[in-house]
Amino acid sequence: MNTPASFANWKIFWKRWGVLTVISVITLALIAYYYSKTPQITEAVLASTLRQSVPLVLGALCGLLGERAAVINIGIEGQMLLAAFLAFLVNVYTGNLLLGVLAGIAVGALLGLLLAFMSVTLKIDQIIGGTVINILAIGLTGYFYKVGLSAHGKLNPIPLGPLAKIPLIGPVFFNNPPITYATILLVFLVHYVLFYTPWGLRTRAVGEHPRAADTLGINVYLVRYVNVVVGGALAGLAGAYLSLEAVGSFERLMTNGRGFVALAVMIFGKWTPLGAWGAALLFGFATAMQTQLQFGGQLHIPHQFIGMLPYLLTIIVLAGFVGRARPPAADGIPYEKEG
Amino acid sequence: MAEKTTQNPQGWWPQMKRLLLSFSVPLGAVLLALIIGAIIIEVSGASAWKAYTALAKGAFGNAAGWQRTLEKSTPLIFSGLAVAFAFKAGLFNIGAQGQLLFGAITAAWVGFAVHGLPPGLHAAVALAAGAVAGGLYGAIPGALKTYTGAHEVITTIMLNYIAMGFTDYLANGPLKDTTPGNIVARTPAILDSAKLPTWGWLPFGFVLALIGAGFAWWLLQRTTLGFEIRTVGQNPHAARYAGMKVARTVILTMVISALFAGIGGAVETQGVVGRYEPGFNANLGFDGITVALLGKTNPFGVIPAAMLLGAMRAGSNVMQFKAHVAQEITDVVQALMLFFVAADMIVRWLLRIRAAEEGEKITLSTGWGSH
Amino acid sequence: MSENQTFALEVRDIVKRFPGVLANDHVNFNLRKGEVHALLGENGAGKTTLMNIIYGLYHPDEGEIFVNGRKVTIDSPHDAIRLGIGMVHQHFMLVPVFTVAENLILGAEPTKGLSLDLKAARQAVVDLSQRYALEVEPDAIIEDLPVGVQQRVEILKALYREAKVLVLDEPTAVLTPQEVEELFVIMRQLTERGVSIIFITHKLKEVLTIADRITVMRRGRVVGTVRPQEVDEAKLAAMMVGREVVLQVEKSPAEPGEPVLQVRDLVVEDERHLIAVDHVNLEVRRGEVVGVAGVQGNGQTELAEALTGLRPIREGQMLLGGKAVPPRNPRYLIEHGMAHIPEDRQKHGLVLSYTIADNLVLCTYYKPPFARGLQRNQAAIVENAEKLVQQFDVRTPSIFTTAGSLSGGNQQKVIVAREFSRPVDLLIANQPTRGLDVGSIEYIHKRIVQMRDQGAGVLLISAELDEIMSLADRIAVMFRGKIVATVKAEEVNREQLGLLMAGSPASEVLGQPQPAA
Repeated sequence: MNTPASFANWKIFWKRWGVLTVISVITLALIAYYYSKTPQITEAVLASTLRQSVPLVLGALCGLLGERAAVINIGIEGQMLLAAFLAFLVNVYTGNLLLGVLAGIAVGALLGLLLAFMSVTLKIDQIIGGTVINILAIGLTGYFYKVGLSAHGKLNPIPLGPLAKIPLIGPVFFNNPPITYATILLVFLVHYVLFYTPWGLRTRAVGEHPRAADTLGINVYLVRYVNVVVGGALAGLAGAYLSLEAVGSFERLMTNGRGFVALAVMIFGKWTPLGAWGAALLFGFATAMQTQLQFGGQLHIPHQFIGMLPYLLTIIVLAGFVGRARPPAADGIPYEKEG
Repeated sequence: MAEKTTQNPQGWWPQMKRLLLSFSVPLGAVLLALIIGAIIIEVSGASAWKAYTALAKGAFGNAAGWQRTLEKSTPLIFSGLAVAFAFKAGLFNIGAQGQLLFGAITAAWVGFAVHGLPPGLHAAVALAAGAVAGGLYGAIPGALKTYTGAHEVITTIMLNYIAMGFTDYLANGPLKDTTPGNIVARTPAILDSAKLPTWGWLPFGFVLALIGAGFAWWLLQRTTLGFEIRTVGQNPHAARYAGMKVARTVILTMVISALFAGIGGAVETQGVVGRYEPGFNANLGFDGITVALLGKTNPFGVIPAAMLLGAMRAGSNVMQFKAHVAQEITDVVQALMLFFVAADMIVRWLLRIRAAEEGEKITLSTGWGSH
Repeated sequence: MSENQTFALEVRDIVKRFPGVLANDHVNFNLRKGEVHALLGENGAGKTTLMNIIYGLYHPDEGEIFVNGRKVTIDSPHDAIRLGIGMVHQHFMLVPVFTVAENLILGAEPTKGLSLDLKAARQAVVDLSQRYALEVEPDAIIEDLPVGVQQRVEILKALYREAKVLVLDEPTAVLTPQEVEELFVIMRQLTERGVSIIFITHKLKEVLTIADRITVMRRGRVVGTVRPQEVDEAKLAAMMVGREVVLQVEKSPAEPGEPVLQVRDLVVEDERHLIAVDHVNLEVRRGEVVGVAGVQGNGQTELAEALTGLRPIREGQMLLGGKAVPPRNPRYLIEHGMAHIPEDRQKHGLVLSYTIADNLVLCTYYKPPFARGLQRNQAAIVENAEKLVQQFDVRTPSIFTTAGSLSGGNQQKVIVAREFSRPVDLLIANQPTRGLDVGSIEYIHKRIVQMRDQGAGVLLISAELDEIMSLADRIAVMFRGKIVATVKAEEVNREQLGLLMAGSPASEVLGQPQPAA
């Protein structure tokens, strides 16, 4: 490099973060503009954006933990659905919200174990394995669900003292229910684990070149199992969010495709937790706007079309971004030990 | 997967034996699923024996039962064929649901809006319109896959939701039944000239489904197009090397697969429902996967698999009424069947079935790109 | 070295069976401290199996392993590493998107609290490369490094884990002759520092240069252990193959006719959109074999794929029989007289799950007599298969056997049979004998020469210098995507080719300016 160091550094910075910087600046400007015009609506939309992004970012974290270790998880939808149901059921019968959430996490992790068993040990095609989980979840929730059960309360927002009183930022970031807070922490935690710890290094090695990891004495199967199970727990938390935090009840098929949208979020976020969070916020925003449009009544578009928005966005994201980012090299391929 | 195009002319018996052996795993899967289903029924306090006998009686006990079973099997055969056909090219079409909805509503529209056609012709035109509508909708994920690399599993599911929204809009808006007193979302009833007949207890749609299965088998195993489709599924690199047009084959396969789903929807409209109503058979897309895998993705295997599931649907009412077991147990049993047939190693191990000769193997999950 | 010292490593009576194959049949082998012990054998002789047993990747069915005279069991690479055994695999076990430092520490990471200590990792790279004089940049990404450097990283990985026994599996396959010499220097330095080396190869010249002892394997058995002073190439070859081997292909001088392939200023990109083929000019005439020599990864793969329509051409022109060809259209090329033996026969050349009969019509299935209208003509397909299997000596129980269950040599014969059964004007053969046994190599070579003598032009791409030298009439040397020289085969020697492959300017190596191809 013959260019002066500072210039070269700046160029690298721009290449890496340029698009992101521009988007952030524009977003912040827009938010400021709308906030000056209609503070309440802006606040409501932004708060709703954050909350709508919760199940998507948790699902995406589940997906990327698996895929960083080369296990494709197409069963996130089913993990969320069954977890939502069991979290709800435990709450109904014990009246305890925390137990409900824990039950959701446990169910998600168990289904993760099932997926790991199918794709790592049995080496079933991972797409089919995930589909089995989805269909199993639909069947089980359908059979055991009884109309008329009602939950004992739901997880409510906890304002964080004076922080919650800051205009705009307070209501959006510091007045949220517990799973929403937990999700923000989890994004950073997963990012740290994946990129700054030995476990993360091993996980990424297993996803890129499992044979190399194996020859260095890393237990490929174990790494895959743990990642898929932990991912399942996160999907379970997303399920608990849906039934106990977002709605406070369970409905049939209430996940509504979020598990699949989460996969698009993961791809859009280039298989990184922070990227996935950004992508999830975009999807959350689309959903928040959808609600706003439906009940705001300014526009006369049939509600069915507004309801398609997240799904269309998913297709567009997939069509535009698959192939631009590089998935883990061994993604989806079962590992055969030699001998 | 048992038969090969250029099969050994001698020795039909070894081949037959292999065919039977290859179906021992699905049979074992069904058996295990029924056993676990029985345990669930017993645990929830009902009698499994009573439930299963009631189910069987409801499905096959009389002519009406048979007719119901065949009617329920028909869309399952079509969606099973849709999944199985795409599978041969290495594509996982979970979008049969949406393709079927478009087929159903298009056939309904042609059925009630077009006047003056003679009975047979009107029915045929409506069927064809349904097939084409489904097929075109299937072209979208095919094109997305070839030109952008977007994986069909996610795009087809998203398209399912979009199709649900769109048909719901149509049935509530432009195509809504305006008969006085109607408040639900549905289209007007189709004309008699567009209806498919039922001969005694045999619905014409079921016959169409059988013909469809035969056609799918012929196309895959006996034609050059089928050879291309299978080669793309087995080894797309070799297909490209051999001068096949992989992109075109992928899109064409999705279209043909979706045609089956579209006909399935049209048959449901013209043979059973008589109009379009949203929400009928909500999970046909996923059911198609179970049917296709139970049938070992063989077009002829799809028929018994679909009939099994169809019988469970047809008899579940009677079961609920007589044995007080919720209908949804059939969904659980069906999910278990899928699990066991997918996890065929478990079934082999549990039932001591020795591994059949490794046949053609399809890989669906090799990352998200299509390259 | 005294004879009664304990061995750094010894295996006794190792037996390993795979379905249908006895890969190791009571193998005995020992390694003295500080020696280079070559393990020589053909592909499939059982060398790699033995090494995978030593490294804990396979479990032997019978036999014992001793390290420093102590009996050990090695159940996993983990055990092997603990016992001081390091392995440099033929296909590098490096994570391409990781840095050198990350690859080095993987599996044995230094930590600070819960976090990775990448600073310590970098320092480890620097320390090791100084101690063993193996220079590498700790923050370089592996996939950006040349293979020679990647190999150094592999060796460093073993040394980081304090390996005392180093297994090098076919380490020279990807190197230029000059890089091979550098590797030999490194190996000598390592043995001086007390490392013992097992050097696996099938190249006779190399073992005679570097090895202290040579053990030859054939069909899973040890044929014998000799010292390089006691043998010569012909004797080693006979031990390896079990019979006298003709090291030279018999062929008459070429009689070139009109050009069949002309390539002008061809530019092709690789997967990462970097230029892989850089303004290449090439001409192949009827009745001659043009060899493309070069170290793997210098653009040969991309060149072959572009010429066969599998990869887009960014710039430049390609004429087949004097006519410009449409872009990315393998079928046009097939129909206009091109035959192609692909580099990766299992990926491109065959559908492994199909029968031999179906594979033999893979390119012509849509034309009569194999198709009648929409339908396939089973009788014609079967008849074709029976004829070709006999004509090309494919050893198979039946034409309905799947291609996947054939041996490598027979798989390649199926491809050759299919490609040669059409009228051929131009044959593009990319690494046609890679991984094959000597018998199959001789057969394929004979067929290629035959094709030339029938008047077809042949473009032979090979990483094996010996293959190029014995088959080609003219040789084009490829380096970093460019054809750096085109010479007549009889006017150049091994050393000169080696220098050209390593990037030395043609005017220096050959002593005269080169005419354009």
